[in-house]
Amino acid sequence: MHFAVLQFPASNCDQDCVHAARVLGHTSGLVWHKDTSLGAADAVIVPGGFSYGDYLRCGAIARFSPVMQAVKQFAENGGLVIGICNGFQILCEAHLLPGALIRNRDLQFHCEQVFLKTANHDTPFTTHIPSGKILRVPIAHGEGCYFADDDTLAKVQANKQILWQYSDANGALTEKANPNGSVLNIAGIANERFNVAGLMPHPDRASEPLLGSDDGKFIFQSMIAALEKRRTAKAA
Amino acid sequence: MKAKIIITPKKAVLDPQGKTVQTALDHLGYRGVTGVHVGKYLEIDLAPGTDRAAAQKALDAAAHQFLSNPVIEDYRLEIVD
Repeated sequence: MHFAVLQFPASNCDQDCVHAARVLGHTSGLVWHKDTSLGAADAVIVPGGFSYGDYLRCGAIARFSPVMQAVKQFAENGGLVIGICNGFQILCEAHLLPGALIRNRDLQFHCEQVFLKTANHDTPFTTHIPSGKILRVPIAHGEGCYFADDDTLAKVQANKQILWQYSDANGALTEKANPNGSVLNIAGIANERFNVAGLMPHPDRASEPLLGSDDGKFIFQSMIAALEKRRTAKAA
Repeated sequence: MKAKIIITPKKAVLDPQGKTVQTALDHLGYRGVTGVHVGKYLEIDLAPGTDRAAAQKALDAAAHQFLSNPVIEDYRLEIVD
């Protein structure tokens, strides 16, 4: 599979995503924010960083870049898109995902390992996460507090769009395990069609044991499996 | 001619910055403060002779689409000479 990894001014996790794809035995290519085409990508990764200096709001300016118009089209056609950290913020600003990300509850930048409970295993981003497995992945953000109004929350809950929630090591969704004040401990969410997902934690920084955890690979492996399934269905 | 846009967090949205400022005001002895909301202020310079109604309409659209995020923020737009 071939991943398009977007690159905005001040993206800083683009190489981490390229590395994660390589570790998993797949290819990737960087796509500059001014490009209007994603090339022959099977899936898109919107990486972490501080695109356009986080000016105005995180992701607010990146959303209008030429490459994001291509991503919108790609998503409308059913393509798989994942946004990590700043990528998640960009996808929310672009209305490809519901809700918004605001300043952490304690106003601190959090750079630490967190535990994630998978809330829905039946999506292209989660099928390869073993049942009951609590993922250990790092976060590094100042504005990761997920917010959506009550109507939106009711809708995403009913549709099972919540993919990951901050938990303790045993999978309990406690207030203490919530690093940023996100509603319902939401760490990651999908769109209604389940082809676009975003999360604040970094699976790209947890793609091999050398990095302290390789739990992030389950997310990429899920995407790869979903893409392979599509390819087989298309060929049949 | 100028446009002034004030962006504030929606009431339902957690505003830890406002809360922190409120606590600090209390510590400094300013009593009777029941809430603080920290937002943004944008001042936009407009070319002389700009049509006021057209500017109002265009900037209202810009504030809704880009300058504020309606999921978490409200805005007030004013055009002054």
